Amino acid sequence: MTTAATKAGSRTAKAKPATMAQALGRALRDSMAEDPTVHVLGEDVGTLGGVFRITDGLAKEFGDDRCTDTPLAEAGILGAAVGMAMYGLRPVVEMQFDAFAYPAFEQLMSHVAKMRNRTGGAMPLPITVRVPYGGGIGGVEHHSDSSEAYYMATPGLHVVTPATVDDAYGLLRASIASDDPVVFLEPKRLYWSKADWSPEAPAAVEPIGRAVVRRTGRSATLITYGPSLPVCMEAAEAAVAEGWDLEVVDLRSLVPFDDETVAASVRRTGRAVVVHESPGFGGPGGEIAARITERCFHHLEAPVLRVAGFDIPYPPPMLERHHLPGVDRVLDAVARLQWEADS
Amino acid sequence: MTVQELPGAAAYRPTPPPAWKPITDPAPLLPDPEPYRVLGTDAVADMDPELLLRLHAELVRGRRYNTQATALTKQGRLAVYPSSTGQEACEIAAALVLEERDWLFPSYRDTLAAVARGLDPVEALTLLRGDRHTGYDPREHRIAPLCTPLATQLPHAVGLAHAARLKGDDVVALAMVGDGGTSEGDFHEALNFAAVWKAPVVFLVQNNGFAISVPLAKQTAAPSLAHKAVGYGMPGRLVDGNDAAAVHQVLSEAVARARRGGGPTLIEAVTYRMDAHTNADDATRYRVDSEVETWRAHDPVQLLERELTGRGLLDDEGIEQAKEAAERMAAALRDRMNADPELTPMDLFTHVYAEQTSQLREQAAALRAELDAEQDHEHSAEAGR
Ligand SMILES: Cc1ncc(C[n+]2csc(CCOP(=O)(O)OP(=O)(O)O)c2C)c(N)n1
Repeated sequence: MTTAATKAGSRTAKAKPATMAQALGRALRDSMAEDPTVHVLGEDVGTLGGVFRITDGLAKEFGDDRCTDTPLAEAGILGAAVGMAMYGLRPVVEMQFDAFAYPAFEQLMSHVAKMRNRTGGAMPLPITVRVPYGGGIGGVEHHSDSSEAYYMATPGLHVVTPATVDDAYGLLRASIASDDPVVFLEPKRLYWSKADWSPEAPAAVEPIGRAVVRRTGRSATLITYGPSLPVCMEAAEAAVAEGWDLEVVDLRSLVPFDDETVAASVRRTGRAVVVHESPGFGGPGGEIAARITERCFHHLEAPVLRVAGFDIPYPPPMLERHHLPGVDRVLDAVARLQWEADS
Repeated sequence: MTVQELPGAAAYRPTPPPAWKPITDPAPLLPDPEPYRVLGTDAVADMDPELLLRLHAELVRGRRYNTQATALTKQGRLAVYPSSTGQEACEIAAALVLEERDWLFPSYRDTLAAVARGLDPVEALTLLRGDRHTGYDPREHRIAPLCTPLATQLPHAVGLAHAARLKGDDVVALAMVGDGGTSEGDFHEALNFAAVWKAPVVFLVQNNGFAISVPLAKQTAAPSLAHKAVGYGMPGRLVDGNDAAAVHQVLSEAVARARRGGGPTLIEAVTYRMDAHTNADDATRYRVDSEVETWRAHDPVQLLERELTGRGLLDDEGIEQAKEAAERMAAALRDRMNADPELTPMDLFTHVYAEQTSQLREQAAALRAELDAEQDHEHSAEAGR
């Protein structure tokens, strides 16, 4: 298992600060350069380079046929990608914002997720659907949804979400290389987060489906992913002052789910809090808590707790700070983990 | 294998399908290839001078609203503003052709149409300021919420218009959408429903040349967006979207037709987005200044102003008055937007369901406790100072 510490140690001298957005763009570029069947399509991905500039320069380098500005129609974009994949291409679709992927749900649920199964394995669909998701950027309505629970609840899809610059590159490369459809969720408030990174020697491309321990600890495990990882890391640092030594697990992939890494950590610490910003009711945390309980029941010192966004439609930007789970809420949950037994 | 080789092929006699309905002549449904114009033609003389002056005053006010709102983004008072500068003629005409009982279904860019219809200028901006998604009661003004997901409000307009007719009310719905939005499936479905139901709806497409960075040529291969109408069985009309008089006329005719039970119309107003998509967008990445300049010479406010002064309907004093009224509106807007909006975090839970779930009650209590703790903290910090 790689930890943040060992990765940092293997940095080359050429590494310099790069943003997650740059790493994602580089992953697209390298995938396209390596494999001529990789095509990028979506709204404004060409000349503009996407509204988040992830596809910047791709149309120039690879031409309009490889990086295509489509008509404005999400169902059409994903439906066309299905046909392209049926004919041997590897389409990478950009959805402009989380809530604008909903018109494409029909294609995703009825076709993208089911095609391999419907055709008895004869027709896998190697499609990557990139969806910028989550809040915290002050976007107007329909620009901040956390839609991962819908995707997770749909068998046939992989659901992947990076939280670091390294993973943005590695996981996107792996997703594009995957013969299965991947919903690649990009935490948009981390697009401009920076880390030392070297485009000449980008991080190893690991297969998708492995969680990683970002911080080791003994008192309890925080289980999280995507936009909530920095929140949990900060909470873990703050918790030191309270006498808690928290472990932080970054899931990286929601489907497949790495039961092994998660269960191993919780068995060590005996306590777990799942943290995500999507609504808690019917959200990923419930599934994760159940899996932990099934595997670690006798190791648990306390019920698995969840810290999630409220069960409300994403609020207007001026109120979002009240909705998003922050460090305080994570620490409150840690405090509720029935510590009496220890003292 | 050819047809002849099929068993029994010799007996095959093609007959027309039994339920075939002869196609009605599509010609009347087709738009004239040239966008309809009124300004600069004799048709101006047939128009009510009062109406033309009202259009002018509203255009001047609308332009000022756009520049003021854009300025507010620079001061951080508005999170984002999609300006409709250059498109004011469409916005204003859309508002002015409707009767009070009619409904407007605007997109996120159509703040101006909503304001010209009588919506409080500040309430119209809450979505973009970020304090409330919809700062007004749609029923009170008969203005649907400014719609962010593209084209999704169009089927709503059809349903509402249909419902009104079922109830026996002569209400018309006017639905606005951009050129890019016409590519969405919802656009197709809305037009088809409207035509099949003969619903009293008018679809107004503001073709402003771009969907963010994507030019019309990459959006559609149709001769014009108005041409799409014929496929659904409704008339399509092309109008110069910078000619306020022409837009008003074409929309009025379509609204009257819908009200009479004549069914929907698709109108494409050819105009141009003078500013970037929003203040957050960099238009230099995808368009050239010379194009913008050509359109500047076809400015909707100037076009109407020149026509009216040329005809002696408007003088310098009249222009000055319109400007002063616009300035007063802008000053009031500025003042009111400079006050911090009152935020009530507990509202997060108030309007999710008619009756709050027990889960939401729990979450509300937790937030209440957090807010109280925050306040105690502030008080003790103040006391300690
Ligand atoms: C369903 C959906 N997809 C994508 C977007 C993101 N988006 C917002 S505005 C816009 C361009 C719209 O262009 P157009 O319809 O021509 O209207 P205009 O902005 O020019 O007024 C896009 C792609 C959205 N709001 N809704």
